[in-house]
Amino acid sequence: MAYKHTIRNQVYSFPDLKAVLAKASPFRTGDALAGLAAESNLERIAAQCVLSELPLQAFLSEALVPYEEDEITRLIYDTHDEEAFQEISGLTVGDFRDWLLTHEVDTQKLTQISKGLTPEMVSAVSKLMRNQDLIAVAQKCEVITQFRNTIGKKGHLSVRLQPNHPTDNIKGIAASMMDGLLYGSGDAVIGINPVTDSVDIVGNQLKMMDEIRMRFEIPTQICVLCHLTTALELLNDAPVDLVFQSIGGTEKTNSSFGINLPMLQEAYEGALELNRGTVGENIMYFETGQGSALSANANWNVDQQTCEVRAYAVARHFNPLLVNSVVGFIGPEYLFDGKQITRAGLEDHFCGKLMGLPMGMDVCYTNHAEADQDDMDNLMTLLGVAGCNFIMGVPGSDDVMLNYQTTSFHDALYLRKVLNKKPAPEFEAWLLKMGIMDGSGNRISISNSHRLLNSMP
Amino acid sequence: MSGKDSSLVKKDAWDNLSSFTNARIALGSVGNSIPLKEVLQFKLAHAHAKDAIYTELDIPFLEKEIQSLGFPIWTVKSKVQNREEYLKRPDFGRLLNTTSEELFRNSTNEFDIIFVLADGLSAEAVNTNAISLLKEVLPQLDSNYNVGFVLTTHARVALGDAIGTQLKAKFTAVLIGERPGLSSPESMGIYTTYAPTKGLTDERRNCISNIHKNGLTPKQGALLLNYLIQQSFAKQISGVALKINLKELLDKE
Repeated sequence: MAYKHTIRNQVYSFPDLKAVLAKASPFRTGDALAGLAAESNLERIAAQCVLSELPLQAFLSEALVPYEEDEITRLIYDTHDEEAFQEISGLTVGDFRDWLLTHEVDTQKLTQISKGLTPEMVSAVSKLMRNQDLIAVAQKCEVITQFRNTIGKKGHLSVRLQPNHPTDNIKGIAASMMDGLLYGSGDAVIGINPVTDSVDIVGNQLKMMDEIRMRFEIPTQICVLCHLTTALELLNDAPVDLVFQSIGGTEKTNSSFGINLPMLQEAYEGALELNRGTVGENIMYFETGQGSALSANANWNVDQQTCEVRAYAVARHFNPLLVNSVVGFIGPEYLFDGKQITRAGLEDHFCGKLMGLPMGMDVCYTNHAEADQDDMDNLMTLLGVAGCNFIMGVPGSDDVMLNYQTTSFHDALYLRKVLNKKPAPEFEAWLLKMGIMDGSGNRISISNSHRLLNSMP
Repeated sequence: MSGKDSSLVKKDAWDNLSSFTNARIALGSVGNSIPLKEVLQFKLAHAHAKDAIYTELDIPFLEKEIQSLGFPIWTVKSKVQNREEYLKRPDFGRLLNTTSEELFRNSTNEFDIIFVLADGLSAEAVNTNAISLLKEVLPQLDSNYNVGFVLTTHARVALGDAIGTQLKAKFTAVLIGERPGLSSPESMGIYTTYAPTKGLTDERRNCISNIHKNGLTPKQGALLLNYLIQQSFAKQISGVALKINLKELLDKE
């Protein structure tokens, strides 16, 4: 079926639903690289007009990626909750945007409809929303998850402490970990990206972190962001709190990451059996990012943002503790500058939250993107207002192993202060007990005889 | 800026931990924020990294050096017109422009090894490191090998496949400027491919990364490259199938 819209006698025609979505997307280099972007501003607005008049139902009858050839499409259709969809089933995409913004649609209502939404519906509506709409609606969502603490409550902002080291040196990692804890970071997770993804190295990193966590009774979780298969090998030999995996929105993308849905299921069940959580059972940690499908030649001519939201359908199936897009990491051929990174970050956060995910964000950029720390200040502040569950914390914003820049421990303190947000409640109590933070959220002077500093491995 | 720390800065008591990592730990604070001195250090590093992307290959210098070693040399371009396009269109950076293809068409030789010197994302890294590395590699090569050189601009790694195909090369080594990091703005990488042909993907290549002043020395890089050349010619393959752990090899040295 062709979709058409006329502007001043010029007919704009789109062959299928995925073309409408791609052409309606706010401009980004990745869609241009894929040959999918609108050719002109008029073509873009024509596509947005078409999209606004499409019934949400349309996405239930036309699959963007063939059902027979993609297990994620099958997951999306087979788990669609008709009952949850009922209330909005008569709306067009445009009506849905307006509906989301009404005062009557509150946190509870958004939670109710969440399972009735497919990623394609969510992606579609986001393309009709301005940045402030993405913030206003996301801010109404609340997605709370638990393992050893409680993440995502309104009024709270958590931080993933990311103590990476360029040669996996265990003391170097511990030094950054101390730095972060003493700056009040680490309540989302203490999570290392290993240089070498081997059972020995990952196992040692887990043991070191777990030893410190237990000695000081830190109410948080630890994770080494290795491949899922490495974590599976380690389940019985090392303290695996969370299973991490990078995921994408098509089956082919995930094959390029060396995973599929049955493997995720196996890991999920394996880690669940360990029963290591104290207050909850959310045990998965997923990372995503716009552009991964194209980069794996696996996008089926679907725009990069829609592919991204399809990854959230995968995440949602495994009740994750944490999900974050690594929004600026992929490079300028997908997101060119601060403007594109900002838009993508707000889209990813909104779409994840609407899908019911505990969404955080790696607010970041590489040196060949046209962006700097000012752009990160803007985006993290916008995301803070939007109610983002967590951000990254890296010493001085400079990840010396991954060679990119993200947010710092200081940035998290800034954001908590200006938006009056607190750490996860259990972690906040620990910071007070350890004399790291006072009741008003300010850091206390730490002497070099502090207990944490005497625990360096 | 005064050399002393401002008394407004609250220092961190764990400065000694900095000996374990080059991460920016124990920065101190002013309120919740990073002290200005550290902010400026960061911006300085970022300025180096940004500028590195816009450096250019020193073609006269490189041509002169390679000619003095007595090897044939071509200077060519990818389909990319300028740096902005280079950043936006990696696909163009993997293809030769028409003039360059014409240039190769007149070559009737077949080569065993083609060394490609490419700007990538940090041309200065190649200007600084390539010649000294090659001077370590060349004397150790089998004297029967037919060797040629190509200099190229606005190039991605896979441009080596297009070049290798045109010159009927058995093996290419692409020496290219890597994505600049704050602590290593001028870092060179080497990607080797046996039997290069258009459309290959990364699992067919071996990679030597991080050749820069705080990373691998050109001498260490040369050791690894020589090893990859020997192995690739012996087994007539490259990439993951070679199953080589370069890190272990270096640790042994």
